[in-house]
Amino acid sequence: MIQAENTENHGCKDARMKKPNVGLFVTCLVDLYRPNIGFAAIKLLEQAGCTVEVPKGQTCCGQPALNSGDYANSRDIAKQVIETFANFDYVVGPSGSCIGSIKTHYTELFENDPEWLGKARDLAKRSHELLSFLTDIMNFDAVQSTFAAIATYHDSCSGLRELGVKKQPRQLLGKVNGLTLKEMHNAEVCCGFGGTFCVKYPEISTRMASDKVENITESGAEVLLGGDMGCLLNISGRLKRLDSSVKVYHTAEVLADMTDIPAIGDGEND
Amino acid sequence: MQPSSHNFKQNAKVALADKDLQIALAQVQEGFINKRARVVDKLAEFEQLREQGKQIRNHTLEHLDYYLERYEQAVTKLGGHVHWARDSEEACKIILDICQQAEAKSVIKGKSMVSEEIGLNDVLEQSGMDVIESDLGEYILQLAEEPPSHIIAPAIHKTKDQISDLFVKHHAQYGYSERQTTVPDLVNEARAVLRQRFLEADVGITGGNFLIAETGSNIIVTNEGNGDLSCTLPKVHIVTSGIEKVIPTLDDATAMLRLLGRSATGQEITSYTTFSSGPKRPGDLDGPEQYHVVLVDNVRSKMLADEFREMLRCIRCGACMNHCPVYGSVGGHVYGWVYPGPMGVVLSSMNLGLEETKDLANACTLNGRCAQVCPVKIPLPDLLRNLRRQQKRNLTAWQFVTG
Repeated sequence: MIQAENTENHGCKDARMKKPNVGLFVTCLVDLYRPNIGFAAIKLLEQAGCTVEVPKGQTCCGQPALNSGDYANSRDIAKQVIETFANFDYVVGPSGSCIGSIKTHYTELFENDPEWLGKARDLAKRSHELLSFLTDIMNFDAVQSTFAAIATYHDSCSGLRELGVKKQPRQLLGKVNGLTLKEMHNAEVCCGFGGTFCVKYPEISTRMASDKVENITESGAEVLLGGDMGCLLNISGRLKRLDSSVKVYHTAEVLADMTDIPAIGDGEND
Repeated sequence: MQPSSHNFKQNAKVALADKDLQIALAQVQEGFINKRARVVDKLAEFEQLREQGKQIRNHTLEHLDYYLERYEQAVTKLGGHVHWARDSEEACKIILDICQQAEAKSVIKGKSMVSEEIGLNDVLEQSGMDVIESDLGEYILQLAEEPPSHIIAPAIHKTKDQISDLFVKHHAQYGYSERQTTVPDLVNEARAVLRQRFLEADVGITGGNFLIAETGSNIIVTNEGNGDLSCTLPKVHIVTSGIEKVIPTLDDATAMLRLLGRSATGQEITSYTTFSSGPKRPGDLDGPEQYHVVLVDNVRSKMLADEFREMLRCIRCGACMNHCPVYGSVGGHVYGWVYPGPMGVVLSSMNLGLEETKDLANACTLNGRCAQVCPVKIPLPDLLRNLRRQQKRNLTAWQFVTG
């Protein structure tokens, strides 16, 4: 697992050490559709003993351009991200796919540029997906949350396969009062979002999302949790269109006890 | 075959609405995904084995010229002949010549994706030969006049009912008029019809799962035994293979075979693992009088020198397509050429060009499940992303030209 390479431990219980300074990488979808996840991330990081800043200059990580094969624009965006987050001990984001891009793909963009390759590697070392950062780097387990529900967990592809995020969210969710986790069949299979994929091939995407909804329904869960807003938006949209009553939340919202707003995809009046 | 990859979007819509296809595709979960998972769970060193497989294939590709020449020498020493084909046309011509010199009227085939790639059947049939596919899946498709939709389970898109219908229609001429509805009965009927065709065949053509440079042997793995009969009964045996299929030694072959069965069909070992090493020797009870190997390049030597080299590690197990949720939704025909699924996206793009195949690399969520199960660790999502990059470059160049 990639996180295991980082043996530094700023554990919150060790008061002698300076609090790690975390730059929160908010991500586009959280900024635009679900700021609550960003605030939940700040709350959790602070509970874990970090100081958190949200640098203003931040933008998209460039993943849509990168995955569309537009390396020139991806490179420009990456440089901007690298500079914005240059002075933090850690860069943490509530998304396996955005952090996956920063951590595993930025270096590919600068293969022929030693100066920026060095900077990209440095950023990659300091970057972490939120839930795995809390467990693997901060040894955080003091979850203070109550959420009475039967939930199932969707493993988002990039977090799972690029970053090894699998047991960390389950470990943390196990500490939530009243929450029961029930695994669904094919939790690790893509939900059909795939960034631009769902726009270019809507019929195939819809079919994959319907398969996901079928597995969620069969699990008997009332709530779907995950760690990536792209997948959660996609799945919640499909759940709605198939008249499901299953509610969707980001794991950070549940862990931070910030679920007193309408679920993802539910309007204020639902 | 005439590619239809440019129609991917439209064909995908049709496939999603095809009820029979969707019933057939639902078999992939238990038949391939679950079976593989169970057998991999039982082998503690499977991950190390994947790394070993990757290293064996990388080493071979690094020294491909050397191992191919070693292989040719070994085959020649056994009394066989190695033929080199730059492209499909040359390969078909070589095989046609061998068949015509043997005055072949009837050719029996074991399963060979390379023969699909080069379009062999049409060429032989146009020259008046009777060509019979002996792999059950390929045989079904020959009756249905359809191309394969999967590299190891070519008729995966057919339901049992559809196969029953095909047999009723085509087997009545051999006296089988009763409609069979169970798998064992269907298999037995096909076996009985095919047995006579094996005995009549003048030439047997098979593929090659691995070519061993050390011994000059060709290995094929099957579960039906049709490959053995295709190798041993006719007086001429022709092996068709891509140039990348060579591996150095028998030891390497054992490692690769441990990976292949598990990754492909979830079997520790396939029912038959057949080694063909040259023609029948004096004193041998059976075997062909002539043994030919036709090694096909097509775009392989070009790939060896470019960014898609890692694709040449492929051992054609089909695990990437079995685990691809896009393949699982639309099936293999939608990809529009010989090789479907993630590996097929790369090979089709290399063979047909980026214009014909531009949808293929994009019709992927980059979820990474294919790379996770690939027995030789081909980074398929990275290769697909790179294809998108090439498309983008071409587009940019075009925009520059057109101002």
